Amino acid sequence: MKKTGAQILWESLVREGVTCVFGYPGGAILPAYDAMLDYPIRHILVRHEQGATHMADGFARATGSVGVAVATSGPGATNMVTGIATAMMDSSPIVCITGQVGSKLIGSDAFQETDITGITLPITKHNYLVSRPDEVARMVREAFYVARSGRPGPVLLDITKDAQQSSCEFEWPPEPKLTGYRPNHWPSTSDLERAAELVRAAKRPVILAGHGILLSGAMDVVHRFAEHAHIPVAMTLLGLGGFPASHPLNLGMMGMHGEAWVNTAIQEADLLLAFGMRFDDRVTGNLKTYAPHARKVHIEIDPAEINKNVKVDVGLVGDLRDVLEELLPYIDACDRTEWTEHISHLKGDSAVRDIQNLPDNGHLYAAHVIHDIWKTTNGEAIVVTDVGQHQMWEAQYYHHERPRTLITSGGLGTMGFALPAAIGAKVGRPDAEVWVVVGDGGFQMTMAELATIAQENIDINVAIINNGYLGMVRQWQEFFYERRYAATPLVNPDFAKLAEAFGLKGARVRSRAEVVPAVQAARESEGTSVIDFQVEQEDSVFPMVPAGADLDAMIRRPSAIVETGADV
Amino acid sequence: MNTFVVLVENVPGVLTRVASLFRRRGFNIESLTVGHTAVPGVSRMTIVVDTDELGARRVEANLYKLINVLRVDNVTSTPTVLRDLALIKVSATPETRAHLMQLVEVYRARVVDVSPSSLVVESTGTEEKIDSFVEVLRPYGVLEMARTGTIAMVRGGATSTEGVSVSNGASHTEHPTDDVSVSYSV
Repeated sequence: MKKTGAQILWESLVREGVTCVFGYPGGAILPAYDAMLDYPIRHILVRHEQGATHMADGFARATGSVGVAVATSGPGATNMVTGIATAMMDSSPIVCITGQVGSKLIGSDAFQETDITGITLPITKHNYLVSRPDEVARMVREAFYVARSGRPGPVLLDITKDAQQSSCEFEWPPEPKLTGYRPNHWPSTSDLERAAELVRAAKRPVILAGHGILLSGAMDVVHRFAEHAHIPVAMTLLGLGGFPASHPLNLGMMGMHGEAWVNTAIQEADLLLAFGMRFDDRVTGNLKTYAPHARKVHIEIDPAEINKNVKVDVGLVGDLRDVLEELLPYIDACDRTEWTEHISHLKGDSAVRDIQNLPDNGHLYAAHVIHDIWKTTNGEAIVVTDVGQHQMWEAQYYHHERPRTLITSGGLGTMGFALPAAIGAKVGRPDAEVWVVVGDGGFQMTMAELATIAQENIDINVAIINNGYLGMVRQWQEFFYERRYAATPLVNPDFAKLAEAFGLKGARVRSRAEVVPAVQAARESEGTSVIDFQVEQEDSVFPMVPAGADLDAMIRRPSAIVETGADV
Repeated sequence: MNTFVVLVENVPGVLTRVASLFRRRGFNIESLTVGHTAVPGVSRMTIVVDTDELGARRVEANLYKLINVLRVDNVTSTPTVLRDLALIKVSATPETRAHLMQLVEVYRARVVDVSPSSLVVESTGTEEKIDSFVEVLRPYGVLEMARTGTIAMVRGGATSTEGVSVSNGASHTEHPTDDVSVSYSV
């Protein structure tokens, strides 16, 4: 059966289980767009290709399946770079398909020609230049296989226009076997025994749970492991939701804006069990003084992560879920009440610093907004955040019980991620309630996607935490640059009116009393609402480990809110 | 110094992928050579990197992350034949030519070009031997030098290319197992 390369592309995508793609058409990808109409594919027309990649990413994070973004050559492809890099840093499986100028024109600086495979070399797991129709099916198969296996990541397929237009026999290739690609590893029995020995000997162990728990679907076995060995669980930002927030063994988030008792527990621990995390500088603080008393066991699918930042005693390379299932029989049930009680005791002084326990002083704080959204949505929404202060407050005050309910750009810290990623999450999980929590700065980076929401009838809700500043940068300026607010104050548009201009609902909230009614109204109304929460302007995220400082050298929350900003 | 023998698929861009990886991760390449192997579609790189043992493990693990990389061997502590080839153009007058010829003889190099004012000498050997040869020639005036960088081969009967073949995806024959069990503990 002869088909064009463009038809083969969609044949292959449908066979890979794709039902929906996010894209933006253009000259070099036109043949593919023309063929798309004959296939059962939902196409979400974005307003900027960066949005398409974030949507594919949000889709992947919400569902666990590969997300697909499509763009044309040249500027279409280069607009994808930020989204691809975001997916790379957070190991998110997406496949980006770009059109390319005709293979005869490659290298001639043709109209809308860019060497996108060259540009994306360092930010993709792998990429392909496809210049013949008979390569399309095999490379699509390989791209999906590479994107989702092992440590997931973005793969880019650059397909020349002539490869889309010319025809060949279509044959669906067998499961790819790539000689040079070994996604599956397993640890040796002796290493498992050594790890178990360290667990057995530990008096003060802590589990460090990362994104790998979600990616490998290891929630259940981590749960059993933690309970069986009676070990408290601290989480990275991307690990949140991997272990139920309400569980007695849950400690909360570690790192730069983690809770004080978590970081103190890590510094006092005699064993760290790192599950699917990579000791990012935001979670370790000063590496020289990191967890000085702790032996370290690192379970990780990517061998290159072992001993990268932190030297470990045992590295177990393999899929986290499989490795933990293998390891569990070696582990003795144990009671470590003394240690968990000690940690509870560490929590003691944090309660008096909890903003939720402070009397209402008439100001609206971001923490209140997040807390009320959490309460009103029963903690069951998928929350997609942008990057900055609001992201940290979300991590601290929205307590996630289930995996894939917090979607956020961790590794790259991409402002502008939230709105498009939430669209992708909603498309992937139409049954779920999706909330965007976004700052006033990041929102304006990709707010054109409000038009996508309107055109594609996407039903999500947007909470803008509007403090009139690029808040996180302002906070650094306050702490480390003598409050010289260089280029951080924002003059914002009227966000509520802006939403209405896009055909969506807009609201503005200035006081604590208005928060819950506004959130409730947004939940109950059809379609997307944008709520502009005008919060305290010079509020800061606490605790804070200054960059490069020791993990337990935290700037703590003030024990009472001071109007002029933070009492540090 | 660590010496790696890396087998890669001979596809467009593979050298860029490897070189880009080293640049991106901040590994310091001393020399990198590429050439064919006896296996069709497989090229061999010899890469010398200035790093310690922990760094060498990271180099190896990161190379394995590249899809087109088939095999990585760190041969630093294995008995290995290491060879470098140099072409050296040295200033030669009628008075000094005979002296130079003697030196060439001592170093088992070869004269491959003669002109009224110069010689071109070809020398093969370890990097150290060639370095020392160049030092000896320097007083006569080294005008130009071209060197290949190191290539390496492990001594004995074992081969790096054993069992390595290239999958062409469509018709797949025997391939080495996908799975490896390696100890990553220190």
